[in-house]
Amino acid sequence: MDLDFAPEDEAFRQEVRAFIAENYPKALREKQDRGEELGKEDYFSWHRILAKKGWATPSWPKEWGGTDWTPTQRYIWSEENARADTLAILPFGVSMLAPVLWTFGTEEQKARFLPGIREGQVWWCQGYSEPGAGSDLASLKTRAERIKGDDGKEYYLVNGQKTWTTLGQFADWGFFLVRTDPDAKPQAGISFLLIDMKTPGITVRPIITLEGGHEVNDVFLDNVKVPVENRVFHENQGWTCAKALLAHERSGIAGVARSKRNLERLRQVARTEPADDGGVLLADPFFKRKVAELEIDLTALEFTELRTLAGESSGKGPGPESSILKIKGTEIQQRLTELALEAAGHYGAPYLRGLGHNLGAVGPDEAHGVAGAYFNTRKTSIYGGSNEIQRNIIAKMVLGL
Amino acid sequence: MDLSFTEEQTLLRDSVAAYLGDAYGFDARRAAIASPAGWRPKVWSAFAEELGILGASFPEELGGLGGGPIETMVVMEEFGRALVVEPYLGTVVIGGGFLKRAGTDKAKALIEDLIAGKAVFAFAQAESQARYRLSNIATKAVKTGAGYEISGQKAVVIGAPWATHLIVTARTAGGQSEEKGVSVFLVDKTAKGVTCRDYPTVDGRRASEITFEKVVVGPEALIGPLDGAYPLIETVVDEAIAATCAEACGVLRKLHEGTLEYTRGRKQFGQPISAFQVLQHRMVDMFIQVEQSVSMSVMAHIALGGDAEARAKGVSAAKVQIGRACKFVGQNAIQLHGGMGMTDEMAIGHYFKRATMIEGEFGNTDHHLARYERLSLDQAA
Repeated sequence: MDLDFAPEDEAFRQEVRAFIAENYPKALREKQDRGEELGKEDYFSWHRILAKKGWATPSWPKEWGGTDWTPTQRYIWSEENARADTLAILPFGVSMLAPVLWTFGTEEQKARFLPGIREGQVWWCQGYSEPGAGSDLASLKTRAERIKGDDGKEYYLVNGQKTWTTLGQFADWGFFLVRTDPDAKPQAGISFLLIDMKTPGITVRPIITLEGGHEVNDVFLDNVKVPVENRVFHENQGWTCAKALLAHERSGIAGVARSKRNLERLRQVARTEPADDGGVLLADPFFKRKVAELEIDLTALEFTELRTLAGESSGKGPGPESSILKIKGTEIQQRLTELALEAAGHYGAPYLRGLGHNLGAVGPDEAHGVAGAYFNTRKTSIYGGSNEIQRNIIAKMVLGL
Repeated sequence: MDLSFTEEQTLLRDSVAAYLGDAYGFDARRAAIASPAGWRPKVWSAFAEELGILGASFPEELGGLGGGPIETMVVMEEFGRALVVEPYLGTVVIGGGFLKRAGTDKAKALIEDLIAGKAVFAFAQAESQARYRLSNIATKAVKTGAGYEISGQKAVVIGAPWATHLIVTARTAGGQSEEKGVSVFLVDKTAKGVTCRDYPTVDGRRASEITFEKVVVGPEALIGPLDGAYPLIETVVDEAIAATCAEACGVLRKLHEGTLEYTRGRKQFGQPISAFQVLQHRMVDMFIQVEQSVSMSVMAHIALGGDAEARAKGVSAAKVQIGRACKFVGQNAIQLHGGMGMTDEMAIGHYFKRATMIEGEFGNTDHHLARYERLSLDQAA
C-alpha cells in the first residue's frame, strides 16, 4: 500500500490538465462563473469535446468506448476535473443507463443507444419515482399494457405519472420503470422501457424548487405507444435492471473530488471574509474547527471510496457498500453549503436570481447564490434513495440484520 | 413567579391569529411577496387600526396599550406561524425601541405616526466589514454647525424599501470597532444623499444596500447620547433578538406540525411513514428542540427586564438554542417531506428558508455562543 503516483501517473495528470486548459469552452466557463442557468447545448458542449478525444466515458467497457484507465488514472481524472471546475458529464445516459444496457441489453440495443450516449448526441432522463412511489419505488403504478398497433407490430401502451425527472425538459429519450404485471408481487411485475420523449402523449411539466430553480419535472404519460423492442431485459424483470442502476447511481454520488474543490473554495472565502474580531473567518476558532472537522470527514470518505474502487477494479461491481458513499458524500456536500452560507454572513440573504447585475452587485461575489445552493443541496439526502433507505440497505445487505 | 399569560395577552394572541388566518394564507402571502411592492400596506393598516398591535408594547402616555416584551413575544410568535413579511420588527421593536428612549418631542410625534401605521422604520446598522460585531461601524457622522453630515454604506437593511425613516448607527468619534464614539441618528429616507439599491431576500422579504453621501441632518436627528449610544444599541438589538426568537418559535412549531401531518398522510411500504420508528424518533427530537426553544424565548423576554448583563446573557443563550433548533428542525422537516419538501409550492420550504435566515440574523450561533462565554464563563475564570 502506498499513495505515491508513478511517473506515468504524473505524466497523465499533466496531459489531462493541459487538455482541459486548452479545450474547455470559454463561453461555458463564463456562464458558469456568472452563475447563469445552462441550456442543453451548454451541457453537451464539453461532453462532445471529450467524446472526440475518447474521454467522455472512462468507466465504460473498452469495446464501447471506455478508456481502460487504472483506478489511479480515474482518480486523477476526477481530481483534475474538479480542480478546473469543469461541468460534470450528465449521469443519466453515461453512468446510469449505459451500465444497464451493456449488462442486460441486446446487441442491437447496445449498438443503437450506446454511441449516442457516448458522443453526447442524445439526452436521457430518468422515469423512476412517482407521486406515490418514492422511497418505496417498487410500488410504482405507471401501467404498460401490450397491444397490437395498426401496423401489426407489438407495443406497450403506457399510462401514468413520473416525477422528480431531473432536467427532463431537455430530454430526447427516457428510461422508465413501468408495471407490466399488476397481479404479481410489486418487484416482480416491473419492466424497464426506453421511451422516445417525442412520442405523442408525453407531457413534461416543470417543478420549481424552493430556491427558485427549474431542475426537476413531472412527466405525464397518456396512452404513450412504445415499441416492444424498446424494453431492456425480460418482461416483468425490470427490477433487476433498476437495482443495478441504483447501485451505479449511488457510487457516483459521493462526489469526493468536487467536495474537495468546494472545501478549498470555502477555505479561500474564509481567508478573506471578516470575523467578528476584525481578523479573518478562517482564524476564528469556531469556524476553523468546523472546517477542520469537515476536512477530516472528507478524508475518511475519500479513503473509503478508494477502497471501494480497489474492490471494483478487482472485479466486484458496486455493492451495497456504495450506500456508505451516498450517505457520507451527501452529508458532506450539505455541510459544505451550510458553511459557505455561514461564511457569507449578512450577504446570505439577498436573492438575486434572474435580477441580473446591471443594477450593481450586492455583496461579495463569493456570497452570490450560497443560500440557494444550501437550499438546493438538501435534495441530495433525499434523491437516489433517501439516506434513511440507504441505512436500511446497509442494515439488511451488509450487516445482515 | 408566574409563567402564565394574562387574559389580555391571550386575547391579543387570538385576535392576531384570527386576523392572519383570514388575511395571511399561504397563497395570499405568495402573491404579495411576488408583487412589485413585496408587501401589503393594507395589512399594515389593519395592524394599526383593526388590531391596534403597532402600539401594543408602548406605554400608555405615548399612546400605546401599555404592554411590554411579553406582548411583543405573543405577536411575533403568531407572525412566525404565518411568515409575516411586514416590517413589525424594524418598525415597532427596533424603531419604537429607539424612539421611546429618545425623549425628544420629535420622537414622541413619530411614535404617534408609528402607532397609526404612517411611519415605517428600518435599521441601517450592519456593514460589510463588520460581520456581526455591533461596534464595528465605519459610517461617519461629522458635526456641521447645528447638525451632522452622515457618510457611509450600510448592508442588507431589511425592510428599507418599505420604510419612511431609517435608524442609522454612525461613528462620531473613536476607532472603527470602539464601543465609545458611536451615535444613532434618525434619517428621513427621502433625504438628499440617501441612495438605496433594493432587492428581495431569499425568505421573501425586501432589503437594501444603502449609501449615505453627505446626508445632512439637524440636531434633533440624534437619538440617545452623542458618542455614547452603544449601550442603547445593545439594548434595542437584544430586544430585537428576543422578538426574533419568538418569531422563530412560531416558525419552528409550523415546521414540526407540518411534518407530523405530512408523515401521517404519506404512505410508503403499505403504511404511513409516521409509523417508522426511525422517523418517529426524529420527530420526537424535533419536538424537543421546539419545546426547548419556546422555553428559551420566554426566558429571554423575561431577561429583557433585568440588568444589562443578565439581559445580554439570557438573549444570547436563547439565540444559541434557537439557531440550532432552526437548523435541526428545518433540515429534518425538509428531509421527512422528501421531494415534496423541495418544491416551491409547498409551504414547508418557505418556513425552512425563514428558519435558515433567522439563524444568521443579529449574530449567528457562534457569535452568541462567544458572547455568552464572555459574559458567563470568562468573568468566572
